[in-house]
Amino acid sequence: MAETPLTQRIRPDGEPPGIAEYERTGGYQAVRKALRDMTSAAVIEEVKQSNLRGRGGAGFPTGMKWSFVPMGPEPPQPKYLVCNADEMEPGTFKDRVLLEGDPHELIEGMILASYAIQASVGYIFLRDEYRLAARRIEKALDEARAKNYLGVNILGTGYNLEIYLHLSAGRYICGEETALLNALEGKRANPRAKPPFPQISGLWGKPTIVQNVETLCNIPHIINNGAAWFRGLSRSKDGGTKLYGASGNVNRPGIWELPMGTSLREILEEHAGGMLDGYRFRGVIPGGASTDFLVEEHLDIAMDFDSVQRAGSRLGTGTMIVLDDRTCPVGMVLNLEHFFAQESCGWCTPCREGLPWIEKMLTAIEEGRGTLQDLEILQQQCLLLGPGLTFCALAPGAVEPLQSALKYFRSDFERHVSDGRCPWR
Amino acid sequence: MATIYIDNKPYEVNPDDNLLQACLSLGFNIPYFCWHPAMGSVGACRQCAVKQFKDENDTKGKIIMACMTPAADGTRISIDDPEAKTFRASVIEWLMLNHPHDCPVCDEGGECHLQDMTVMTGHAYRRTRFRKRTYRNQDLGPFINHEMNRCIQCYRCVRYYRDYAGGRDLNVFSVHDHVYFGRAHDGTLENEFSGNLVEVCPTGVFTDKTLARHYTRKWDLQDAPSICIHCGVGCNTSPRARYGMLRRIVNRFHFDINGYFLCDRGRFGYEFVNSERRIGSIRPSVPQRQVIEDIASVIKNGRKVIGIGSPRASLEANFALRMLVGADRFFSGVRAEESLPVAKVAELLRRSPCPIASVHDIEVSDAVLVLGEDLINTAPRLALAVRQSVRRKSMETAARMNIPAWHDYAVRTLAQDERSPLVIATPYETALDEIASESYRGAPEDLARLGYAIACAIDPQAPRVEGLGREEAELAERIAGILKGANRPAVIFGTGCRNAALIEAGANVALALARTHPDPERVRLALTVPECNSAGLALMEAKDLDAAFEAARSGADAIIVLENDLYRRSAVQQVDEFLRAARTVVLDSLENETTAKAETILPAGTFAESEGTLVNSEGRAQRYFKVMPPRQGVLESWRWLREIAIAAGRLNEDSWRSLDAVIAAIEAELPQFQEISKAAPAASFRIAGQKIPRQLHRYSGRTAMMADITVHEPAPPRDPDSALAFSMEGYQGPPPAGLASFFWAPGWNSYQAVNKYQSEIGGPLRGGPAGSRLGEGKRTDDISYSSRIPEPFRSRDGKVFVVPAFRIFGSEELSMHAPGIAARAEKPFLEVNPSDAEKLGISAEQEVALTFGAVSRSLAIRMNPSLPPGVAALPAGLPESAGIPVPAWARITGR
Repeated sequence: MAETPLTQRIRPDGEPPGIAEYERTGGYQAVRKALRDMTSAAVIEEVKQSNLRGRGGAGFPTGMKWSFVPMGPEPPQPKYLVCNADEMEPGTFKDRVLLEGDPHELIEGMILASYAIQASVGYIFLRDEYRLAARRIEKALDEARAKNYLGVNILGTGYNLEIYLHLSAGRYICGEETALLNALEGKRANPRAKPPFPQISGLWGKPTIVQNVETLCNIPHIINNGAAWFRGLSRSKDGGTKLYGASGNVNRPGIWELPMGTSLREILEEHAGGMLDGYRFRGVIPGGASTDFLVEEHLDIAMDFDSVQRAGSRLGTGTMIVLDDRTCPVGMVLNLEHFFAQESCGWCTPCREGLPWIEKMLTAIEEGRGTLQDLEILQQQCLLLGPGLTFCALAPGAVEPLQSALKYFRSDFERHVSDGRCPWR
Repeated sequence: MATIYIDNKPYEVNPDDNLLQACLSLGFNIPYFCWHPAMGSVGACRQCAVKQFKDENDTKGKIIMACMTPAADGTRISIDDPEAKTFRASVIEWLMLNHPHDCPVCDEGGECHLQDMTVMTGHAYRRTRFRKRTYRNQDLGPFINHEMNRCIQCYRCVRYYRDYAGGRDLNVFSVHDHVYFGRAHDGTLENEFSGNLVEVCPTGVFTDKTLARHYTRKWDLQDAPSICIHCGVGCNTSPRARYGMLRRIVNRFHFDINGYFLCDRGRFGYEFVNSERRIGSIRPSVPQRQVIEDIASVIKNGRKVIGIGSPRASLEANFALRMLVGADRFFSGVRAEESLPVAKVAELLRRSPCPIASVHDIEVSDAVLVLGEDLINTAPRLALAVRQSVRRKSMETAARMNIPAWHDYAVRTLAQDERSPLVIATPYETALDEIASESYRGAPEDLARLGYAIACAIDPQAPRVEGLGREEAELAERIAGILKGANRPAVIFGTGCRNAALIEAGANVALALARTHPDPERVRLALTVPECNSAGLALMEAKDLDAAFEAARSGADAIIVLENDLYRRSAVQQVDEFLRAARTVVLDSLENETTAKAETILPAGTFAESEGTLVNSEGRAQRYFKVMPPRQGVLESWRWLREIAIAAGRLNEDSWRSLDAVIAAIEAELPQFQEISKAAPAASFRIAGQKIPRQLHRYSGRTAMMADITVHEPAPPRDPDSALAFSMEGYQGPPPAGLASFFWAPGWNSYQAVNKYQSEIGGPLRGGPAGSRLGEGKRTDDISYSSRIPEPFRSRDGKVFVVPAFRIFGSEELSMHAPGIAARAEKPFLEVNPSDAEKLGISAEQEVALTFGAVSRSLAIRMNPSLPPGVAALPAGLPESAGIPVPAWARITGR
């Protein structure tokens, strides 16, 4: 049985370990080790060596990101560490498992990350609907404060850190790190233009690192066991394990911690138990709603950042949505585009205007009112809403399932138009 | 300079610019919406997409937003790249999904930036078949119409209103394609600069409500370069008329003064020109010849004639009156309370310890001291500049982090609420206090003492203030430290408190800075004056109204009053007595208390129907031109006076046939006005032998517009006074700055066409300076410190010291005849400190009698805890307060 460091303490009944149990099973040892024996530069170096890449979806190397934060004798103060726990990607529920099941692991990860960049304030920006997680995090924070893992002069090391929990007002765009920062500042959750990056000018204009929950949860294990161990967990060159998930008409929808680079087929067939009886696999969105469909021919690819990219999609969050033959792909895409159009912040033109137009065309097609020109325009919109053309990554992500559906399921779109109705209804 | 390559050709550009600015400066057409030259880039609209290449071998390139990319040396871009063009057209297609397709009947049509940009991108066919989004519009008050269905969500309005102008009651609401720009509830936009939304909005969401009441297409309006007459700042405007009616005011870009923005009084005050109270003919009705002969006969017979000038009349009109009655019988028409401080200002305009600041100079100052001025109400445009000055520090912080100044939100994110120092020392709290780093409240004498103390703290050579409290002394030290530490310090003061000592104190601060600053040329002082030509009149050095009253008492045969309602200046009994002393002739454009008492009224043209020169608060002579010819029977004041002078034998028939001749006479007689002819090109100025047209080449209806009266097309009116023609014919290219009124270029029909008239984007207009700085606002070395330090203010039992409180909407005479401005004017209150109210046994809202010697007024009380004890503030210039010469001691009695 492969190691599952991230989820090792998660109990079947879902109750999270309290601080005593967390400590008993090796918890906060990494904090002791790092704060007492390691320089912040050494922590960054260890994380760099581990090949940990961000688990929020973009896969940016974590250690490298931290190394952009101004250090030196007189850096801008204060610096901030922000945990992005605004898990709102459709089909994605991996962070929730960690937040509800082992909040101390996240807090320990945040302490280590904050120490690495010498941040003095941390924020957990939590999705509003995660009320259970909120209660458990608050409790865990209180416990950590009581034990002086947080607060002033932590464990007598002279390092100070306070962590606050902030409940989001509930917009998908808050998951975009700069929109999240604006939301934290009490402003409209519109993304910011980059550069300058948050590492230089982030929360309230100060150096800030924003990391996903799962990314941060990896840090204590890297510090405890070393970068080489962490790399060894993986079947690919990206280090560590990964929380993979599957939803849709499979036998056992769920979340599994598996070695990074486990194949798509293994996840779907062994862990998700294959398709439900009477349903045939047609495709899968591998990493949350904003990634391209993969189909039958891709089943043997390794689910790591580079391999999925080569197959024409993105690993994203690693939580997949399976499309079967009894579900209309146009309807599925319409459902997703409705979400994205509604979640656009309204800042830049292509996203604000383009996505609702896409939704209207898809609605028309799904309702049998579509035209071939709609298909042509949809195809164009996929290019026009691409990376670099819009202000942030929301719209490019939003057109990924659409552009791949138009590629792999084109005949289904065309049948909607030619038959004047949805063949699945 | 940096070299960039545009479609493979090298160009020299400013590396501090972004690519959009750089390309526009070079004359390229790149469409844009959200970027604004005064507000920088935010990258929202995605309209200015171009393709950037890594190097000359890169053929693929990638699309970038020109506004968000620095014009760094070696940058290679393509504007014509097919993919970039497709993307730009797509942005328009997206915007047009919901935009109404009603340009021909839309009131923005023909001056719509969205329309221009749509044509520029080539998007012409509608491919969507879906229903459009609609919104509910709001009533935003008397100035602005709201039509949200036209909105393209560029965010300029909120960025301007909130970030630039400091407004709070306009915001963006909702999300995705329901984003809404408006107020939380219907209601008047509160900010004093709301009118700029009309020009900031790239389409017709915010339009001029006053124009809508007498709507005319842009191309059917006749316009001329003009100067705002509603305060002393001298903003440049472009008033527009049709059928002899003034229809609107549009901003006329002037780099040093108003830039892109006007205040609402300046933009919407114009409707007085169309007022029913306009005087259209000689009263009582007598033939013109006869009335002129009649008045002339008094003068001809060598009898005593008193001439009363006016700070709201042109230099030419005042000079003509001075010539007619003689310099020793020409009076300024303002009371000593005003003329003494104005004279101090005029003295500084002639001889100043440091360069006099333009409005733009204030914008780039990094530490500002405002001494005694409620700027938003006494010099509104200057207040908007002060708002920008506090951003200097954030610009410096951004520069240290290599964030370019145009990267607006990045600068704001980095700097948050970091501000450059701003010190406000006034009798009561002002709108700018919210951004001030130090505020001080005191009676005018105490403000002057603080000023003297600051000067002494900067330069120990300056006279010491004896008996200063410890708190004040420390404050003075602190402020001195702030100003000394600044790279570009500025001191703003003027006539707002009607206190001459305050002006001398301000001058001391400026002198102390000039003597101690490492680069004295960077020190600035900015001044305020009460009216549009207060400075010009003061430079004429006429005696004041008190002296005129005195002269009348010793006997006069006639009084000629030039564009001046004396009942606004002095108490009723005094003015009554004065006007009864002799036969009174009044030249004015609107009926007022003074015209009501006149035996003869000569109808004068307003600024819109005459040419003339005004000197603003920075000593800049500026010329305004006729927008439309005066109606039959109405003449420019100076022409009436010329006619009388000829009839009286003071001028010969050939003299002063045109304005230029009057200007020449002024320059010959009064050396202080030596440069005024340079304010604008002379009437003889021609380009390619042609005059500059007042009408756009698309002006329609010329042959038909008078056809209901006569089918014979009348000859266009002649204009001997300027190089402008009442015609659409003439030189069609951009004229020199002083004559440029409308901005138009092929493909650029909106106000944004000003781009094509600037030397660089956001820079001065091409074709030389507009206006002429008298004495060029230079520094004079041989100035010494004033030592007339006033005694500290002491309150008096049973009395309050009443200072004037000016109001942007209400205190200025002419704009109050514009219905919109009148609607914005609040009820006047006497403001007192609650402790004084308690002592006097009066409460808020209570009506009290305010007694100044023999004069008494009834007013309601309002508490203002920011006022120093013993000091009360009276709204100035309103009907309820007209004629009370404040500052003065008064008795308050409850009723």
